[in-house]
Amino acid sequence: MKKKNNKVFISNLITYAMVIIAFVIMFSLMNAGMLSRSTKGLLIPICVWIVMAVSLNLTVGISGELSLGHAGFMCVGAFVGAVIATVLKQPVENEALRLIIAMIVGGVAAGITGVIVGVPVLRLRGDYLAIVTLAFGEIIRNVLNCVYVGMDATTGALSFGFNNPSLPGKLIVNGPQGVQGITRISTFPIGFALIIFTLIVVLNMTNSRAGRAMMALRDNRIAAESVGISATKYKLMAFVTSAALAGMAGALYAMNYSTVTGAKFKFDTSILVLVFVVLGGIGNIRGSIIAATVLTVLPEMLREFSDYRMLIYAIVLILVMLATNSPAFKQWFDIAKEKIVSLFGKKDGKGDAANE
Amino acid sequence: MIRVSFLSNLINGISLGSVYAIIALGYTMVYGIAKMLNFAHGDVIMIGAYISFCVTHYLGLPAWVSVLASMLVCTLLGMTIERLAYKPLRSAPSLAVLITAIGMSYFLQNIAQLIWGANPKSFNSVVEMEPLRLFGGQLIITDEALVTVLSCVVIMICLTLFTEKTKMGKAMRAVSEDKGAAQLMGINVNMTISVTFAIGSALAAIAGVLLCSTYPALMPTTGSMPGIKAFTAAVFGGIGSIPGAMLGGILLGIIEIFGKSYISTELGDAIVFAILIILLLVKPTGLLGKKINEKV
Repeated sequence: MKKKNNKVFISNLITYAMVIIAFVIMFSLMNAGMLSRSTKGLLIPICVWIVMAVSLNLTVGISGELSLGHAGFMCVGAFVGAVIATVLKQPVENEALRLIIAMIVGGVAAGITGVIVGVPVLRLRGDYLAIVTLAFGEIIRNVLNCVYVGMDATTGALSFGFNNPSLPGKLIVNGPQGVQGITRISTFPIGFALIIFTLIVVLNMTNSRAGRAMMALRDNRIAAESVGISATKYKLMAFVTSAALAGMAGALYAMNYSTVTGAKFKFDTSILVLVFVVLGGIGNIRGSIIAATVLTVLPEMLREFSDYRMLIYAIVLILVMLATNSPAFKQWFDIAKEKIVSLFGKKDGKGDAANE
Repeated sequence: MIRVSFLSNLINGISLGSVYAIIALGYTMVYGIAKMLNFAHGDVIMIGAYISFCVTHYLGLPAWVSVLASMLVCTLLGMTIERLAYKPLRSAPSLAVLITAIGMSYFLQNIAQLIWGANPKSFNSVVEMEPLRLFGGQLIITDEALVTVLSCVVIMICLTLFTEKTKMGKAMRAVSEDKGAAQLMGINVNMTISVTFAIGSALAAIAGVLLCSTYPALMPTTGSMPGIKAFTAAVFGGIGSIPGAMLGGILLGIIEIFGKSYISTELGDAIVFAILIILLLVKPTGLLGKKINEKV
């Protein structure tokens, strides 16, 4: 038992160390002015997508429920966070503090949405659950497209309108045009802090009693329920945690741009995050981190092939899935491995013979 | 007057729903047999519409030739996709297949963008008839709507006859019920799955042409939203069930048009999805889906 705990501990340590080292390298490079503008622009999106991937991995990998609506929670977090940050512009002068408050409120809002969505949805299973989460993601986006929030310039009083843009004061949230006039306060160190926070939450949850209950439910729901594990409780716990983290990532994402619209959180975005999770290895947190980083950087690196880059992305995606999952490929790998091993084996044999 | 606008909305809804139904048939057949969500299906629709556009626009051939050509191309495309991307993954976990299908969908969209560009092309309707005028010209039923609904009914009848009466149809039903047992009975499972993909893709081509005849802006992303809606329709009716796809598609089309015209244009899609969620919570396998008892 002790040994197993050690193993988990070391594995987690490697994950943390990897992230911290990467951060230290990038941060010192940035301070030394050795990063190009485009690389610098990628740092915060990488943080955002890592948090998104790790949090989705909690739902898909640990709790075993396929969710296609993760971008919906990100959207809630982005909108709420951006509004909070705009409102607090005067009272809270410190930008970092304002960002953190916005992230927390965004995360809480997304978490509440997660409860509202999760309670009915988690009764379904498999493909049905997937389609319903997809539907919820689209509903959240559609509804936010109809929300208008105005802020009175002098008093700072907020007024809300649904499908009704004629509000007093300046419009902060302008329906389909989204949140406008955001101060860009996201920074790389806070992004890094959010990654570490996410890792602490997710890794500790995975290795706790609750995490083991989730995995038991994933592996065999009936067996787990028959020993008294409440499926609804633990599935909801994973779902809501993952939604709240996505909301925080959404707030960070929104504050990296001056405007943020609902169109950015379409179904494609959920799929993108799911691709990170699957390519990184379902249930493997470290894999999610690496996949999110590589796949965020890859399209940028392929920028010189501009027209072809998404095509290459698609082909890479298909080939990786084929290479890792197709029995034919696996067989081919096994044969290749055997050949190499036997090659070395023969060499050894020869050596032995010569010695004799 | 209210009743006339109600009727015309109803007709628009049925017409849109018929397109969804034709697409949903492809989804549901593939799901029933290969147990996979073919996310690239929506993009096959788009390719079909582009082929038809090219044949009429650049080659100047009549509309019916273009429909046949796009059906042919899509059939080949569907079979090729199945062969190259899905067949090697038949025993892989379903998420891997799902991601491959998503990759395929990106691939098709980007290929289309490379060939035809990202700007919308205006698609000429393939039907050129006089619209039907009723109630002294108050209610106009467009020729596109008529043709769409008619072709949907014809397709439905043909497909039902095919699955009920022919040997191939029987093989399909057998494979969807139990792949292993079907193989033991001497059914060529791989061929059956290929034929399913071929039929699904041919239907997608028809749907693409009909969709773009009614909504003429043709872009590389034209197929993705109708694809998702049709998938929703397939789930709505009970995925795997052919009459279910039909019913789900038409209901969804009607709900969408009514939601858009009576409640809010912005919220049309949200209403569709909300009704889907409510339905699934009440009846978790869809309208006509079979209830599967869990064995312990």
